[in-house]
Amino acid sequence: MPRKIRVLVAKPGLDGHDRGAKVIARALRDAGMEVIYTGIRQTPEQIAQAAIQEAVDIVGLSSLSGAHMSLFPKVVQILKEKGAEDILVFGGGIIPVDDIPKLKEAGIREIFQPGASTEDIIKYIKENIQLE
Amino acid sequence: MTKNIYEERKRWENTTLNKVLSKSPEREPSFKTTSHIEIKRLFTPLDITDLDYCEDLGFPGEFPFTRGVQPTMYRGRFWTMRQYAGFATPEETNKRYKYLLEHGQTGLSVAFDLPTQIGYDSDHPLADGEVGKVGVAIDSLKDVEILFDGIPLDKVSTSMTINSTAAILLAMYIAVAEKQGVKSEVLQGTIQNDILKEYAARGTYIFPPLESMRIVTDIFAFCKDRVPRWNTISISGYHMREAGCTAVQEVAFTLADGIAYVEAAIRAGLDVDSFASRLAFFFCCHNNFIEEVAKFRAARRLWAKIMRERFKAKRDESCMLRFHTQTAGCSLTAQQPDNNVVRVALQALAAVLGGTQSLHTNSRDEAYALPTEDSVRLALRTQQIIAYESGVADMIDPLGGSYAVEALTDEIEKKATEYIEKIEAMGGAIKAIESGYIQAEIGESAYQYQKEIETKKRIIVGLNQFQIEEEPLRDILRIKPEVEQYQKEKLARVKKERDNIKVKDTLAALKKAAQGTDNVVPPILEAVKVYATLGEISDTLREVFGEYRER
Repeated sequence: MPRKIRVLVAKPGLDGHDRGAKVIARALRDAGMEVIYTGIRQTPEQIAQAAIQEAVDIVGLSSLSGAHMSLFPKVVQILKEKGAEDILVFGGGIIPVDDIPKLKEAGIREIFQPGASTEDIIKYIKENIQLE
Repeated sequence: MTKNIYEERKRWENTTLNKVLSKSPEREPSFKTTSHIEIKRLFTPLDITDLDYCEDLGFPGEFPFTRGVQPTMYRGRFWTMRQYAGFATPEETNKRYKYLLEHGQTGLSVAFDLPTQIGYDSDHPLADGEVGKVGVAIDSLKDVEILFDGIPLDKVSTSMTINSTAAILLAMYIAVAEKQGVKSEVLQGTIQNDILKEYAARGTYIFPPLESMRIVTDIFAFCKDRVPRWNTISISGYHMREAGCTAVQEVAFTLADGIAYVEAAIRAGLDVDSFASRLAFFFCCHNNFIEEVAKFRAARRLWAKIMRERFKAKRDESCMLRFHTQTAGCSLTAQQPDNNVVRVALQALAAVLGGTQSLHTNSRDEAYALPTEDSVRLALRTQQIIAYESGVADMIDPLGGSYAVEALTDEIEKKATEYIEKIEAMGGAIKAIESGYIQAEIGESAYQYQKEIETKKRIIVGLNQFQIEEEPLRDILRIKPEVEQYQKEKLARVKKERDNIKVKDTLAALKKAAQGTDNVVPPILEAVKVYATLGEISDTLREVFGEYRER
């Protein structure tokens, strides 16, 4: 039996809006993935550390406080510094469209905006993670 | 009389109704509210046969306050139009406040940024990227002086959405008022100060629950004498609703938290009638119009009974559930954002028909960012149109007596009571939060709601039906990144110019009070007056109380 896709759902920064992160964590679980949810108020360092320790394939970042431009790129950067750039990072939340190109340039692979369905996210992950 | 209606309804069902049903069935096999309450096809007097008018509804301004807390309601004065606002620096937010007051807003409502809410100064590493983003950044008394510059604090009432650092912000407000020559005794406003829902949903806790509850009750005790017109807490269902719970759960979890606060205050030695009239509430108003109206009425009646029967409150004011309402942020869509104006208008109308004391209407662009000036003005105008043009404010509780509204009011009260009993059996709200029960219930409801949207069992116009090709909104409010640097520099200046020996002494006095049993608010007030920062005061309390970690 092939192993399951492992996902870290994380809340960087001080933002406490965790409805979306929790709904997505559960939807991914229901879709057959192994999901670790960090809880709120995680630093980029803690998130990168957890991603490596838990040997996840992909990290989903959720932020609704407007701090995404500082926090999201840091997660990618720390993963890279620790030699874990093979772990993909995507994000979602209240993120203005004009920020998306900059985030992608910083290595965040995809951004999901308000109104995105859990189906869209499941599809994205399955298409982008090839299990050996 | 009743027998006639019963027979007539039977006859109607068997003849007129069945004729139509046999040819064209209804849209759904059954209809339910968001709280899974079965909605009947038609409500009649048969649905409220148990209703005792004097006992269950009574008259406005009298126990059990089902029809409203004031004898004249909006015929006397409209609800307070209070737009929650704050962003970037105190300088910029002060301008927004003056703009709102100029346009007819009648009360202020301060949104603080996350570092301020969690007790970090703007120069703290964890404040990185968050300064001024979801609200205004406050580091020291200096910032609050700027925030209210030119706004007479004896004339305006101010609500502050602040919880774990509520004592500090209240102290700063009092200190600024004193500088304006305004005594704390005349100040009017509200601090949210509802820490329990922070653990359950909102997330801006600092200290563990018991230590937090001690600060809450210290604030009650302090305000009773020093700031008697201040609402010392705003017991909030709003954020739990926004996190996904249903209308019934919102009433149940909020009132369960309310019970925990009253119990804590009584345990701290306060007489129930000495503080209960200063408790305020805060609810959400979501889409299901009739359910929402009924929810507010049910909450009022249930709280009145709890205060009288359980806590033996003697004064009627102690039994009065006064509340602020905000329309449902989570109901706003990024798709076709102008549709949000209509949603907000309906939700605001339901809040008014439910008898709210103050109201915030969300802006159409809030699924994207904090609102622009134009969007906020439209949101405020929505309230003004309801107040001045719709006529609903000219009579008290106009939906009272509607078979459907009364039946739903009863049902929501009944279901919320069952929940509260369940929570009581667990040992009360604090235990139910510590065990994760409330969070799990909220999460379950949120997940079901999302699934209903994705399977189109629930239609959200413009999102999963009636979509159009459209460009995302680009004209949104952006917080400049320079704000962080500006705040940091101002903070450094304050620290350089103040008397650091006095700061050290006042913080030491605060530490001593926190370690013992003295009220912590007076030493916090002394500390803010000598420009000890919010971060320094919070750190002093962290040393004594420790920090809470989500499990």
